[in-house]
Amino acid sequence: MNEVTEYFSDIFKGVRSLLKGMSVTGYYFLHPKEIITQQYPENRDVLKVPERFRGELVMPHTADNQHRCTGCSACQLACPNGSIIIVSDRVETPEGKKKKVIDKHVYNLAMCTFCNLCVRACPTDAIVMSNDFEHATYDRGELIKILNQPGSKVLEGIEE
Amino acid sequence: MKIEAIDTSETKEYFINMGPQHPSTHGVLRLLLTLEGEIIKNVEPHIGYVHRAIEKMCEKSSFQQIIHLTDRLDYLSCHMNNEAVCLAVEQGLEMDVPERVKVIRTIIDELNRISSHTLWWGVMGMDMGAITSFLYGFREHEMITEIFEETCGARLTMSYNVPGGLMFDIPPNFQKMVKDFLFHFKKKLPEYDTLLSNNIIFTERTKGIGYLSKENAIAFGVTGPSARASGFACDVRKLKPYSAYHKVNFKEIIFTEGDCFARYKARIDEMWESVSIIEQLIDNIPEGDYFVKTKAVIKLPVGEYYQSVESARGEFGVYIVSDNKKNPYRVKFRSPGFANLSALNKIAQGCKIADLVAIMSTLDLVIPDIDR
Ligand code: SF4
Ligand code: SF4
Repeated sequence: MNEVTEYFSDIFKGVRSLLKGMSVTGYYFLHPKEIITQQYPENRDVLKVPERFRGELVMPHTADNQHRCTGCSACQLACPNGSIIIVSDRVETPEGKKKKVIDKHVYNLAMCTFCNLCVRACPTDAIVMSNDFEHATYDRGELIKILNQPGSKVLEGIEE
Repeated sequence: MKIEAIDTSETKEYFINMGPQHPSTHGVLRLLLTLEGEIIKNVEPHIGYVHRAIEKMCEKSSFQQIIHLTDRLDYLSCHMNNEAVCLAVEQGLEMDVPERVKVIRTIIDELNRISSHTLWWGVMGMDMGAITSFLYGFREHEMITEIFEETCGARLTMSYNVPGGLMFDIPPNFQKMVKDFLFHFKKKLPEYDTLLSNNIIFTERTKGIGYLSKENAIAFGVTGPSARASGFACDVRKLKPYSAYHKVNFKEIIFTEGDCFARYKARIDEMWESVSIIEQLIDNIPEGDYFVKTKAVIKLPVGEYYQSVESARGEFGVYIVSDNKKNPYRVKFRSPGFANLSALNKIAQGCKIADLVAIMSTLDLVIPDIDR
C-alpha cells in the first residue's frame, strides 16, 4: 500500500514540478514586453554603442587634414600582435636639418585584438578607438588600413 | 564463404570517441571512452586541439602585453585572470594600488563570476535537454556584458586591468547600472530554481550521479565550486584574500554530497553570495586614483612570483620567473579547468554516457583554459 501511494505521489510531484516550470515560460508568453530580443540589422539607426567600445583603431583628423601623429613608433612597440607598422620618412627642415616624419601609419585590423595598449602608449593622443564594429569584408586586404589620410600633415606644435 | 556466427552472450569492451566535435564537450575536447554496453569503464581525455602556446608567447611579451593573452584562457572569467597577472606584477614591483582600484576590481570580479555562472547555468540546462534555460541564462549574462561594455569597452575579452590599476575609471553611471542589475537579478534568480533546480527530469538526472569524494577532489587538485560541492574548503578569496575580499562578509558555499546536483547547487548559491559582496561594496567605492603610473618598460627584480585568484572555475594561478629583463623568463598558468578535467575519469567510471554529459556540465570546463 505504502509503495503504491509513494508511486502516485512521485508522479504527482513530478508533474507539478514540470507545470511550475511551464508557468514561468507561460508568463513570458503572455508578457511579450519583457522579452529582450533585439532585431539587430533593422535597429541600426537606434542602436546605442557605448562610447568606450573598442571597435577599430582610427586617427582623427582636423578639418584641414591635420593629425597629431609624429611617427614616434611607440604604438608599434606597444602592440603585442604586430598589427601596427610605422613607415617614416625623412624631410629637410628650412634650417637644413633632417627630420623624421610619418609617411604611413599601417594598421592591420585583422590582426588586432583590441587591447587598447597602443592608445595608452601614444604620447600625443593621436590614435583612438572608434565604435564602428561592422568589419566584415570579402577581401582580407581591405582590413589593412592606412590611418593617416593622404596629404595630411602633423598639427603645428606637436613634437615628440 | 562461411560467415562465422557472432557470440552475443558475452559483452565486450569497445571504444568510442566523444568529440572533438561534440556539442556537450563545449569546445574541442576529445574523450576516448572505454565502454561495456552503456557503462563507462574508462575516460581518457585527449587535449591540445586549441593549444596556442600562450605561455611561450608570454616569454616574448612585455608585462603589459601578457594581460590581454590571459583573456584568451578562460574567457568567461577574464577579469580574474587579468587581475592575477596584475597582482603578480605589482607584487614584484612592491607596489600598493589605491583602495579604489581594489574595490572596483572586486566588484568586477564578482560581476564576472555571476556572468560566468549564468552562462554556465544556461548551457547546463541545454546539455540536459532544456533549451529554454539557455535563453534565460543569456538574458542576465547580457545585462552584465553591457555593464562591461560601458565600463571598459569590451564585452568578453575585457583587458580592464593594467599593472598599477585599471585601464579606465568607472563611468559615472556605473553604480546605477550595477544596482539596476542586482535589483533585476534578485528577482530572476528564483526563476532559475523553478525552471531547472526543481524540475523532476533535471533532478533525476543529477542527484546521486557522478560522485566525487573529498579525498579524490584534493588528490586531483580540483578547486572551485566543483570541489566545494565535495566538502573541500578551497576558496582562495577566504584562504588568501586579495584585493578587497578581506573587507567583505560572505559565506563559502560548501556541500558534502559531491554529486552533480551538489555541484549545480554550489554555483547557484555562489551567485547569491556574489550579489551580497557587490551590495556591500557598491556604495562604498573610495575616492582616489584609478591608476598608479608605472614605467613604460616594466622590469621585475630577479625572482619568482606567484599569485592565485579565485576564478569562476577554481584557483587560477600565475607563476612568473623574472631575470630582470623586460620580458619574463618563464610564465606558468595554473588553470583550474586542467585540474578539474583530470578528475573526470574518476567521477565518470561506472556511469552511463548520458551521465557523462551531466558530469562534464557540472565540472564547467572551458577548453581554451585547459589547452592554453
Ligand atoms: S589595440 Fe592592441 S592589438 Fe590592436 S593595434 Fe592596438 S596594441 Fe595592437
Ligand atoms: S600614433 Fe602615437 S605612438 Fe603611434 S607613431 Fe603616431 S604619435 Fe607615435
